[in-house]
Formats: sequence, structure tokens, C-alpha cells
Amino acid sequence: MESIKDKVAIIGMGCTKFGECWDLGLDDLAIEAAYEAYEDASIDPKDIQACWFGTVTAPVTGIGATHGVNPLKLRIPMTRVENWCITGHETLRNACFGVASGMYDIVLALGVEKLKDTGFPGLGTGRGMGPVLEARRTSPGSFSLIATRYFYTYGLSPEEGKTTIGKIAVKNHNNGSMSPKAHFRNKITLEQVMNAPIIAWPLGLFDCCGNSDGAAAAILVPASQAKKFRVDPVYIKGLGQSFDPLLPHARPKFDWLNWDALQNSSRQAYEQAGIRNPREELNIAEVHDCFTITELIIYENFGFSAQGKAKEDIDAGFFELFGGLPVNADGGLKCFGHPVGASGLRMTYEVYKQIQGKAQTPERQLKNVKLGLSHTFGGPPQVSAVAILGRDLG
Amino acid sequence: MSGIISYGAYVPLWRLSRDAIGAAWGRPSLGGERSIANNDEDTVTMAIEAVLDCLAGIDRNSVDGLYFASTTAPFREKQCATLVAGAADLKPEIVTADFGNSLRAGTTALRAALDAVNSGSAQNIIVTAADCRLGYPRSDYEQNFGDAATALLVSKNGKPVANVKASYTISNEMYDVWRLDKDTFVQSWEDRFIIEHGYIENMSKAISGLMKKQNLAAGSVTKAVLYAPTARTQQQLARQLGFDPKTQLQDLLVNNLGVCGCAHSLLLLAAALEDAKESDKLLVASYGDGSDAFLIEVTAEVDKIKTGKRGVKGFLASKRMLPTYERYLSYRGILEPQPGESFRLFPSASVSWRERNWSLRFHGSKCKNCGLVTFPIQRVCYQCQSKDNYDEVRLSDKKGKVFTFSLDNLAGRSDDPIIPQMVIESELENARIYCVMTDCDPKEIKINMPVEMTFRKIYEGAGMYNYFWKCRPIR
Repeated sequence: MESIKDKVAIIGMGCTKFGECWDLGLDDLAIEAAYEAYEDASIDPKDIQACWFGTVTAPVTGIGATHGVNPLKLRIPMTRVENWCITGHETLRNACFGVASGMYDIVLALGVEKLKDTGFPGLGTGRGMGPVLEARRTSPGSFSLIATRYFYTYGLSPEEGKTTIGKIAVKNHNNGSMSPKAHFRNKITLEQVMNAPIIAWPLGLFDCCGNSDGAAAAILVPASQAKKFRVDPVYIKGLGQSFDPLLPHARPKFDWLNWDALQNSSRQAYEQAGIRNPREELNIAEVHDCFTITELIIYENFGFSAQGKAKEDIDAGFFELFGGLPVNADGGLKCFGHPVGASGLRMTYEVYKQIQGKAQTPERQLKNVKLGLSHTFGGPPQVSAVAILGRDLG
Repeated sequence: MSGIISYGAYVPLWRLSRDAIGAAWGRPSLGGERSIANNDEDTVTMAIEAVLDCLAGIDRNSVDGLYFASTTAPFREKQCATLVAGAADLKPEIVTADFGNSLRAGTTALRAALDAVNSGSAQNIIVTAADCRLGYPRSDYEQNFGDAATALLVSKNGKPVANVKASYTISNEMYDVWRLDKDTFVQSWEDRFIIEHGYIENMSKAISGLMKKQNLAAGSVTKAVLYAPTARTQQQLARQLGFDPKTQLQDLLVNNLGVCGCAHSLLLLAAALEDAKESDKLLVASYGDGSDAFLIEVTAEVDKIKTGKRGVKGFLASKRMLPTYERYLSYRGILEPQPGESFRLFPSASVSWRERNWSLRFHGSKCKNCGLVTFPIQRVCYQCQSKDNYDEVRLSDKKGKVFTFSLDNLAGRSDDPIIPQMVIESELENARIYCVMTDCDPKEIKINMPVEMTFRKIYEGAGMYNYFWKCRPIR
């Protein structure tokens, strides 16, 4: 098995403003993201040879790659991608393989999601568990099952547990306040988090990400040709992806702490990128904070924190903007919401810009970013995708 | 001679004080409380509970017939007995039938079952009756009715707890209480007419007929188990027939339960059997479009059958009060609740059929190679990857404990806004089960809390009712 390391480069990216885009349809979002990426890469749309198009809630507007074809007027091979919440990353991953195979020289990975046309104000739910098991499941309900068990396992009182994950919300909102493209740009206090209405106990309002529209795009070329397009291309160092077999709810003996999908996908990406100690070697990580508890278990499953020790790192501010390993420096899903097909590419956009030293606001720019990770996590059953990006070849 | 091998009962957890109903309308309260089926219960789910109570400790494969009786069945066309039998995990090679349209349907089903076992066409038949009738808002019926189910297992063989010595039936055509095909609420004619020429006249004829046939004096009956629309009418009838209401009359259970339609006479019989002793003579009579009367003699087995059974007393003792009258209106759909459940998938007839062994019978798979038990059924083992190498195991009769949970404020309907989602660990090989908890106070849920399974209506969609198993705190 070969590694993807240093075979593909990103030469342009685009990302829309995320939020309640009542005046923008799916087509408009696709156009905004794709044209920013074209401009960033200094290419003409006619240069693109193939496109991977990621979206999840297609039934509102159509199925297949229709929503990409119609607005962008591309007459090239196009593939629609859908794989739960990792759809954005899957779009990127499959586009990378299109380039790495030697089949194409310039491709577009585009993720778009228009959630605000569904009429439901919260983050929606997955489907596919069948008419009886699915009956009353929502995303906050499912993820709060993790929090309840985590608090129990490590003997955290509801107060201690909620304080611990609440600090993640405060951190991400602080970062998001400096992100012009974020949906929510308000700083919040721990007191606000603790006093917020409960969505699904123990998760409160600020433990849950919002429901937003958005799109993001990437232009990919073979690494060997990247410098022809720009001086600061960003290289793909590793791509990991894994499912957990069987719903966590039904998985015999499952401890709700060790998630195969998280551990496998990060291990694959670390091995390809040659990372031995992610906590030390990574300069930035954009991870799937759909709920604050999710970000906490990612710390422990990705090797950022030891099992059961995330609380110590959170309390020490290790994951804050200028901490040991900044996590969700743009505000994460907490502030951008989770337009599913776009999220993985939006996170990759932040890592790409940080590596180039081009974070939209200087106060958020990290110093000397060489290696960064973006990650999405969804289901059920759980599926996780990791992309590692680097500044330099080798 | 045929006998009753076992009995079972079910009373919903929820009760409503009649004072609350009276206060809502500025009317006098009839006093006491009535049972209220939860918003995920109907006569089918209640009947299943009674059947399972009746079959505690009995091999379910020994049952070769199930009769379901109700005047408030959830289906006009489609049998309920098959659904009850499926959820009760009875074998497919059984006789099933629904009885309805009359308050006498429960005892009519019992007569039919007795005839079947006496004729030898079946060995063991379980008869279940359930009702959930609606009185018009503000009416006395609304206060007086209750929701409940009961079940009796009858056989010509085995060790009966009671033998059915004789029966007597009267048929009578009149409009006393009725519902047209389009009616939701029970209608009735003037009280004095329907009591005198309906209830008293027909009950007297059936009971006197039976006593005459059996040469039975009123004094030799241990307990008269008499259905009645009200306690006062029951006492009036008892006195008229020469029974002493103080010592010979089975309590109507109207004060703490309500009158539960066609389930009520069989429920009173179950209640009488709970207190009976060997050689007691019970005279049971039902009313509705005539009357069925039975003479039943209790055997020494009556004490032995009580193990593992909750019965009428057990279920009556386990209760929670519904906080408001409005909640009752919403539970019954009289006030329409805001549905919630925004993301539900509609049921599919072919999916329900294909998945019946886990979704209806609640079977998990037990790997023949490594022994792992998984729910729902897995064709490829999660642990050892053996393919199509498993036995099905029943999980519906196993207790469990809460492994983790959430209290979801997004998914509920407006009359039950918090949905407690559970992952539970079954006592059978620690199998994990994902389900919703019902009949609980969400504030009391804790990890490791013991639970049991209960079959409930999930929601309506695609023109169907969708049923599945939930868990509840052990009652």
C-alpha cells in the first residue's frame, strides 16, 4: 500500500460566509466557493478536468451531481459524494486519488450544504437506522450518550463534566469571534454555557453547533506541478478514513471511550505523514466539534491527550489559540455550524490559510505553521476522516 | 371440563384524579382516580402486557391460540390478535381471532376459547381483552371509564387454577350504550331506561338462568363477580339476586381504576382469583348486548400460579399521577399534540415484515461460534465475523440496566417533550439495546438503573401505526 504523502498539492481554496443564508440557494453557495478557489489558484474554470461534489441533504434540490453541474456549467466528469458528516473530507480524498492516480492534472473538490431550507432550527439528524430505531433520535441526543458515560466513567459530577466541556465552547467562541466567515462571532462566558437551556441532557445550547448553510472548495494538482501555479502551495501529507462497524448503541462491550473510527483514521494519516507524536508535531488541528463532548473524546482518541486526561489539558489551556496545540482556531463547527458537505473542506481551508500565513484576521494567525490536521466525524455508525496538510515537501 | 390455567392483568402506570377532571369542568368529582393509557399505548400494547403477565413461567410454545377482544381496537381491517401473538413471541402455528363491537366481547372470546378446547380443536388458548374507551369531555363516562387489559389461559388439560363448571348466555338487542362506525365517544340513552331494561334485566336473566341450571343458591356462591357501569348499580343487582354486597361481591375497582370496557369482567375475575382459595365458587357475569354468566370453581393451584405475576393488585399498586387533565386530552388525541419527531422515517410494510423477528419478536442473535449476543440480529458476528451462524434469542422478557442515556428536548411531542434515549445492557449476555424509556420521570434516570422491556406504539405514518419495544423502570 502506497502513501499519499507529497503526491498532491492544494493550489487554491474558497469558502463562503457560513450562516443563515436565506438569500443564497445551493447553486449560489457552490458558485461563491468555486470562484474564490479559481481566483486563489489563478486558473480558468475551463482548466478543470474533473470534479468531486459533496452534499448530503440532496433531496431538497435533486440528486446526483446535478447541483454542481447546473450552477458551474462544467462539462467534465463529475461525481457526487456522500458519506455522513465526513462528506467534505471524502470529496477532498477522492479528488486527491483522481490526481494521484495520474488520471487528472487539475481537479475541483467542492462541498456544499443548504440546511436552512429544511424548516428545522437545530442540527438535524442522520437517517438510516430504520423506522423503529430511528424514531426519536436526534444528533444532540446521540452525542449526549457519550457525555453521560464519560462523566460516569471518570467520576465527574454533572457540574464538573459540564464545566470541562463548557470550556471548549468558550475557547471556540473566542476563536470564532475573530473569524469573519463564521456564523456565530460572539464571545461567551463559562457562566453563560452553564446556564444555557438544555438541548439533550447533559448537553446545553452552547455545547451544540449551529445549523448553517455554507460551501467550500479546493483545487488540486500533482505536487510536482504545484509551484507552477503559486509560490506557497500546500501539500497533502496523509489521508485517513475509517468506519466503526455497528451502531455504538448496539456494539457489545463497547466502552463509549475508544472509538475505532477515530483511532484508525488518525493512525492511518499519522503513519502516512510520518507523525509519531501528534501532540508535539502538529501546529494546528481543526477537529469535529459538532458537540463539545465530541471535541473532548477526539483529544483522547487522536493522541492529543492521554485517555481520561483531557480535562487536565483543557484546564491548562493547552488547546487554546496560542496554547501547545491550537484546536479549532477559526471557531470550529461551534461557530461555523455544520453544513455537512462543506465542513471538511471549510476546516481544510483554515489549515491551508494558516500554513500560508493568510488567516483572515492577523490576531488569529498562528506562527510558523508547518503541519496541520483537519477532521470530520459522523454517523451512525461512526465514520471519521482525517487530512494532514504540510507546508514543505519531504 | 375446561379450566383456567393462568390469568394476567395490565393497568397503565398513569392515573388521573377525578377531582382534576371535575375541576376542569366545574363539575362534581366522582371521587378516586382512573387509569390512563400513556400516549404510546393502545389496546394492542396493553393486551400484550396482560398476555405476558399471564404467561409468566409458562412455555410460550404451549399456546396454540390467541383471541383478542376490544371495542377500541387500533385497526378496522387487520387483525390485532396476530400482532399481540407476534410481540408475545408465540409460535406461528396458532389460531387467532379478534372479537369486538360489544362490551361483552371479552367473555364472548372466553366462551369461544372454552368451546374450542372442549371440542379438542385446540389445547391451550389465551384470551385477552383490552379497552381504552372515550367518554365525551365533561361527561360522567369520562370520569368513570378506565384503561386496562386482562388475559386468561384456558385449557382442557394441565393444572387449572379454576374450572369453568357452566355458562349461560342471553342476547339482547337495544341501544343502551353504543358508538356508530364514525363515533369517537360513547353515546348512551337515558340512564334509568338502560339500567332497568338493559343492565338489571339481562344480568338477572343470565345469572338466574345459570343458577337454576346448576341448582345453585345465592348463599353457596363465594363471590359474585359482576360487571357494572357503576358501583351503585352493581350493588343494586347483587341485592336483587340475593347476594350480600358486603361479603359476596367482588369490588368493582371503580375507585382506583375505572370501568374498563370489555376487559373489565375478565379483569374482575383475575382480581377475584388473586384473593380466592381452593373450592371457592365464583359467579362471573358480563354485560353488553345481553349477558354471559359463568360458574367457576377454584382449585388448590390458585396459590401456586401467583409467582412471577403482577396481576391486578401488582399493577394497581404501581402508579404515577398524571399532573393535569389537559395531559389526558393530549394523550388520547382529543387535543392534538404538536408532533415533534421531525426526522422520523415512515414505516414500510415490507421492512416491518422482513425485520419482524427483531422489531416485533425482539430477538437478538447469539453467535454459535463465540457466543456473542447482539441486538438487532446480525448475520455477520461483530466479534468473530462468523457468517449466518447464530441462534435467535428472545430479549423481551429479560431485564436490563441503563448503560448510558440522554434526555433529549428536541425529539419529543408537545405533551411529552423530553425523550429519554437509552443504551441498556440486557441481563442476557450483556447484550446492548438502544431504545427510548417510557413510563418514567426523566429526573430519576441514572446509569445502572434496572429496566424491563415494554411494547409500545412509536408513531403513525404512511397510514400505519408503527410499534416497537421501549424500556421502562421496573414496575
